[in-house]
Amino acid sequence: MTMGKTFAEKALGRAAGREVSANEVVTVEPDFCMSHDNTGPISRTFKKIGVANVWKPERLVVILDHGVPAPSSDHAVNHKEAREFMASQGAPHFYDVTSAGGVCHQKFCEEGFALPGLIVIGSDSHTCTYGAFGTFATGIGRTEMAAAWATGKIWLKVPESIKINVTGRFKVGVTAKDFILKVMGDVRSDGADYMSVEFHGDGIEEMSVAGRMTLCNLGIEMGAKNAVCRPDGKVLDFIKGREKSPSWEPLWADADALYARAFNYDLGEIVPGVAKPHTVDNYAEIGEVAGTKIDQAFLGSCTNGRLEDLRAAAEILSGRRIAVRTIVIPASWEVYRAAMRDGTIDALLDAGCIVCNSGCGPCLGAHMGTLAPGETCVSTANRNFKGRMGNKDSFIFLASPYTVAASALAGKISDPREVL
Amino acid sequence: MKVKGRVWKYGDDVNTDVIFPGKYTYTVSERADMGQYALEDLDPGFTKNAKPGDIIVAGKNWGCGSSREQAAICLKERGVGAIIAKSFARIHYRNCLNEGLPIIISSEVQGLVESGSEIEVDFEKGEISAGGQVVKFPPYPEFVQGLVADGGLIPHVKKSLGLA
Repeated sequence: MTMGKTFAEKALGRAAGREVSANEVVTVEPDFCMSHDNTGPISRTFKKIGVANVWKPERLVVILDHGVPAPSSDHAVNHKEAREFMASQGAPHFYDVTSAGGVCHQKFCEEGFALPGLIVIGSDSHTCTYGAFGTFATGIGRTEMAAAWATGKIWLKVPESIKINVTGRFKVGVTAKDFILKVMGDVRSDGADYMSVEFHGDGIEEMSVAGRMTLCNLGIEMGAKNAVCRPDGKVLDFIKGREKSPSWEPLWADADALYARAFNYDLGEIVPGVAKPHTVDNYAEIGEVAGTKIDQAFLGSCTNGRLEDLRAAAEILSGRRIAVRTIVIPASWEVYRAAMRDGTIDALLDAGCIVCNSGCGPCLGAHMGTLAPGETCVSTANRNFKGRMGNKDSFIFLASPYTVAASALAGKISDPREVL
Repeated sequence: MKVKGRVWKYGDDVNTDVIFPGKYTYTVSERADMGQYALEDLDPGFTKNAKPGDIIVAGKNWGCGSSREQAAICLKERGVGAIIAKSFARIHYRNCLNEGLPIIISSEVQGLVESGSEIEVDFEKGEISAGGQVVKFPPYPEFVQGLVADGGLIPHVKKSLGLA
């Protein structure tokens, strides 16, 4: 009897044009290649190869977000190189520093590049976010991207898979972020190394697409090659009218597929949680860290800068006043405008938050909210590594938008269920 | 190929932010300038004193986190002779191979050496001489061997496209 196939085996098999199994190496043509401000350095490496043109310019998607608008002349040089390269290649999918932009992973999905069954490579580790749409999406380095542009090919080992079965529904004040922080604590930061993480079950079907993006986004923080949810009706509704490729196809794992490991969770048992400094798997329930004094709160990033995240914060902050500086960065201008229209931005401004333009902001320590030595930040972003927000003697707690908002209100890490 | 060098020993889960801090990712663009920041937020002693040929020995999940290739380039430019770890994070593993930076997976070596020990790696034989013992390591998978033999991904691609 042959075993069923995992999602990764099906997606990579479809791309390779033959049946494949875990641990085989395949060479595939990517459906899209995503890069951001690092497009400048990639284009320099590309030129060293000696090929004049990228294999298919319409397969490149370039979205400037890491330092926008350019915080320094060096950043501006990168942007200029990316702009000129895309123009010289006649590559149509370039998202410059305009109100059509945003954080690359958010824009990539909003613009309909993240489609079921497609193979996407991105020169950014959080490329795995697109798995929320049933895409096989994985992060690579710059040199590898330059080579893919030249050859239209990349080698990938078909990963083994981890199955995460999810049932139940969240209680009030608990979100997808609290759940995935708990999973990261259990799986550990290398527990899914080289693997494909599949999220299964009615708990996922109940969850919003935005929440699933948060789950898949953090797959890399467990070492995963990719993370994925089944592309159901919610996903098909979202992508309708946005599709940038006709060749997508919903794929999902067979019931009898073979998994390296499996985990089971009931969302009803999840409570607000954090990742303590300085590792992403340093999980604690909110009760263990409540009362920790903070200097800054950050709401944004590819992990948690979407409309439902901003609304969650506004739900807590509306009509109240923050106690510490709070930086809000919508993940895209589409999100920003929606949050303007429904009054969310006003509620956050009235509470004392500052709202910056869409982009990565302080998540990687570039600008717009870097920390001083000794300072502590509670953040909705994805990494709390030493030095991540610009200074190695500062401290980062990762948490949900609710927890960040409740903590901003009190000036110390706080349980959002007490103020909802 | 043989590499002989002084050990810099580290623990588990060393991430790419401490290998090459994010604040430099768009302000330091020349490869030759990257080596001076290597491991700045992990071990200023390394940043100041590492010499060409030195060998990094680490625990599990070396290079986790960001895909930033500068984490591999800064070590290559600093002249690191090899990285030996219990395991590597996936993207960094590929970045090192693509840079032609020799990396070895070994669960034993970390327990046999201290910072400052001298060790030798013989890539042909697949042997590491450390702490008076010889530890074997398997060759790279076949499809990676060509990449390594050509000195990294760009020379490998040029060769495969007939542009070398």
